[in-house]
Amino acid sequence: MNAAADHALELLLEVEHVAKSFPRGDGGDLQVLEDVNLALREGEIVGLLGRSGSGKSTLLRLVAGLAQPSGGEVRFRGQRVQGPVPGIAMVFQSFALFPWLTVQENVIIGLEAQKLPREEIDRRAEAAIELIGLSGFEAAYPRELSGGMRQRVGFARALVVHPKILLMDEPFSALDVLTAETLRGDFLELWAEGQMPLGAVLLVTHNIEEAVQMCDRICVFGSNPGHILAEIPVTIPRPRDRLDPTFRALVERIYVEMTAQAMRPGPARAELFPGTGIGTILPRVSSNLLSGLMETVAGPPFNGRADLPVIAHSLQLEIDDLFPVAETLQMLRFAEVAGGDIRLTEAGIAFANASLDDRKLSFKRHLLAYMPLAGHVQRVLEERGSHRAPKSRFLDELEDYMTPEAAEQTLRALISLARYAEAFVYDDDAGAFTLAEAA
Amino acid sequence: MPAMRQPTVTTFPASARAMPSRFDWMALLLVIGLLVFFAESSRGLLGSLANLSQEPISLDPSHLPEYAARTTLRMLAALALSLLFTFTYATWAAKSRRAGRVLIPLLDVLQSVPILGFISVTVVFFLSLAPGRVLGAEFAAVFAIFTSQAWNMAFSFYQSLRTVPTELQEAARSFGLSPWARFWRLEVPFGMPALVWNMMMSMSGGWFFVVAAEAISVGHTTITLPGMGAYIATAIAAQDLRAVAYAILTMLAVILLYDQLLFRPLVASTDRFRFEQEPGTPMPNSWVLEALTRSPLMVASYRRIRFAMRNVANLVKRPAMLPAVALPTDYPRRLDWVGTAVLAVLLAVSAVQAGRFLLPHINLAEIAHVVGLGLLTGLRVLLLIGIATLVWVPIGVVVGLRPRLARVVQPAAQFLAAFPANLLFPLAVYAIVRWRLNADVWLSPLMILGTQWYILFNVIAGASSIPAEMRHVTRNLGVRGWLWWRRFALPAVFPFYVTGALTASGGSWNAAIVAEVASWGSETVHATGLGSYIADATTEGDFHRIVLGVVVMAGFVIGVNRLLWRRLYALAERKFRMT
Repeated sequence: MNAAADHALELLLEVEHVAKSFPRGDGGDLQVLEDVNLALREGEIVGLLGRSGSGKSTLLRLVAGLAQPSGGEVRFRGQRVQGPVPGIAMVFQSFALFPWLTVQENVIIGLEAQKLPREEIDRRAEAAIELIGLSGFEAAYPRELSGGMRQRVGFARALVVHPKILLMDEPFSALDVLTAETLRGDFLELWAEGQMPLGAVLLVTHNIEEAVQMCDRICVFGSNPGHILAEIPVTIPRPRDRLDPTFRALVERIYVEMTAQAMRPGPARAELFPGTGIGTILPRVSSNLLSGLMETVAGPPFNGRADLPVIAHSLQLEIDDLFPVAETLQMLRFAEVAGGDIRLTEAGIAFANASLDDRKLSFKRHLLAYMPLAGHVQRVLEERGSHRAPKSRFLDELEDYMTPEAAEQTLRALISLARYAEAFVYDDDAGAFTLAEAA
Repeated sequence: MPAMRQPTVTTFPASARAMPSRFDWMALLLVIGLLVFFAESSRGLLGSLANLSQEPISLDPSHLPEYAARTTLRMLAALALSLLFTFTYATWAAKSRRAGRVLIPLLDVLQSVPILGFISVTVVFFLSLAPGRVLGAEFAAVFAIFTSQAWNMAFSFYQSLRTVPTELQEAARSFGLSPWARFWRLEVPFGMPALVWNMMMSMSGGWFFVVAAEAISVGHTTITLPGMGAYIATAIAAQDLRAVAYAILTMLAVILLYDQLLFRPLVASTDRFRFEQEPGTPMPNSWVLEALTRSPLMVASYRRIRFAMRNVANLVKRPAMLPAVALPTDYPRRLDWVGTAVLAVLLAVSAVQAGRFLLPHINLAEIAHVVGLGLLTGLRVLLLIGIATLVWVPIGVVVGLRPRLARVVQPAAQFLAAFPANLLFPLAVYAIVRWRLNADVWLSPLMILGTQWYILFNVIAGASSIPAEMRHVTRNLGVRGWLWWRRFALPAVFPFYVTGALTASGGSWNAAIVAEVASWGSETVHATGLGSYIADATTEGDFHRIVLGVVVMAGFVIGVNRLLWRRLYALAERKFRMT
């Protein structure tokens, strides 16, 4: 696409300096989005790619007019978006079909809302149902359909109103891999043939390959608060082949982009709170995944160093699963993550080769030494005569740095790590930490 | 104390705990309070009825705490009885398919019998159990409350037992848990969340009937048990408006305390038994539970008790080495045949008994008359449910979609449902007499005064459980106005509405007996209906007419349930469930 042609196409959507914050329990604000800029032209599919909690779905809702930005503005065809707009339709992750309506009734609800004449409604519904491959299912109820067919209803419901912009909020992530692939393929085919009554698409996803396969441009999102890290054009000709070297190279590049930002939270946050560093939000990860990842990377063919996309593929992990594990390993200094690679430290390699007991000892040492919150809890327990402290004590403390939900999650993550390390004990009934008995 | 390694830690208070924690004190106080409460309120149980009449109910508000305690104890006793009934009856019905075939329909009939009918019929029997003693009258009152609580609890537990996941059952069996252990370790915990919810619902109904059950007068037998109900009755007879107000305030306090001290801890502690936890739903919490579980003293004594109980359980457990005796899962056919025969004989005897009891005293005309009265009362109930629906469904939806508002209104509605509305009846009588209103019309609202809240809080619960993405769809596609109600909001809350309306309808039938005849001092206001028929028969001690009225009412309730509510419920389950 050359520059002249680019300008000829209508600018459908502009997002300018958009910020969004939610009020927090303690009176402060939680910043979810910060200075987001984005443009969407006729004929484009643009992807918003990021980890869960990076605010990309929030941005989609701002664009849909379902929520209002706390700063900046969203314009649809030059008009400021201040509420739901007729030209923007949305497809939801959970499908969000009404269980009490048939396929036909679900599809036409938007047309009924526009109070179109009956014949027009029927004609358009028939066309959309036919287009999306739902013919014969008109009288079925959603519960009678498979996940893939349900999402087809979701697409038909959105397309039947002839929107200029289609918003897609992780539309394939609730489907199994094969069904998702089929639905994506069908969608891209219709799109390429220009069969859909549609101007442009804005797609939210956390799946890097999906983004590369579908989009003309990818906006990579960073977290805390959400912002656009990089805007990457995808020029690979369609239909795109996942095994094509240029496809793989782009996936790799996006991994590098995402790890460069994502893997820095520990030290960066610790500087804000010198001496404690307990203000870091910990992701919940399973100890099985931690040791499993170390074993895999330590073993052949990786021998201590692995490409994250390759590892993700071989362990069948999405980035939302893989990144928190890699981050935690980095925090515990069992691994280093940079440039889309993960490299085990000496301690990490030793861990992978050690017996179960030695593993636990090493894990406990690293946990107490390098994870500031773990060290802090241990010290508090040691200082108390009863060697016992309620969970609420630490929650209150953490809430100085984060939302109550994040504090709860962080403490839960710590409890899970500490249990694996046999460092200190948490009694869920009593809601209290106690010092582990000296073995 | 180990030396501090980092100076920064000192900014957080670290205290050595030699003194009992504040949770210890709270817990101790709670336990002492409980003991004193039991001791105080059970005083005089063994006294004679003669003493009771010599000690008339005093309207002095200083007696209110004592009366409230006695009423509460009756409620507790009935609740304990109901639990016992639930664990045996429901378990039997669930474990034996053959027994279940009889027990479950029986339960359905029992729950349709008007509760005040139970009182009138059983009070003499209970009095004869402990002749001349207060205990007999107490039995009667507790039994009446029991009948208002037990049935739905048993149903809920039966339902849970039937739906214990097969894998959990198989796991329990493969680890060799005895039936006894399986019951306490698997089945009871699994059924607990639903059971606790039903206990709360039962309790709500119970307050209504405890007020009625404490002032029992059947023909010439009039017994007034010291308690809130008797206090109210006396206040009404004495036309003492201030005393009525005191009673209302006391009841409010008692229900609040009950909720805080009993149900919140129960709900919070059974929440962990929920088999499927939806992520993101907040855990219910309770300060009482926290006090009890965070006090090291309480935790230690609780452990000791549990240990002792396990030792006792070990005594009855079979030796570990012996193979489990294969219990027959079902009886041989011969026994089945015997069972059917026994049942047939029982039915025949019942029919003959009922015929002999009723027929000589009641003719066809009387029966037709009573059925006509039933239709009249039924019309009132349906009309009132209809009105309550028109009022509360839209309000419930609007409230339920606003989480902050719902958090305030929902508990308030639940509270109002628990409040015994019969306390407010005298005010209505006062108004009717004062302005000479038509009793047939203006007494009717009393039937739904206490029960309409079931509709409200169920609809609120329904509306607040609508997934956010579904609401986004309607906004995204511009669905508004009547289309929004018709296609989205009304269908979404429909299953919840049916649950609420079903409960409200049942409650209103029950309330008819007290609502169609209400009095204030010497003024008594009558509405024509089945409720007033039963109430009058009770006052006159005419057992034949009481039984006839009760049977007809039970028939009506069963009929309406089968013809209307069951069908709506099935429809809701089939078509409108979210998942």
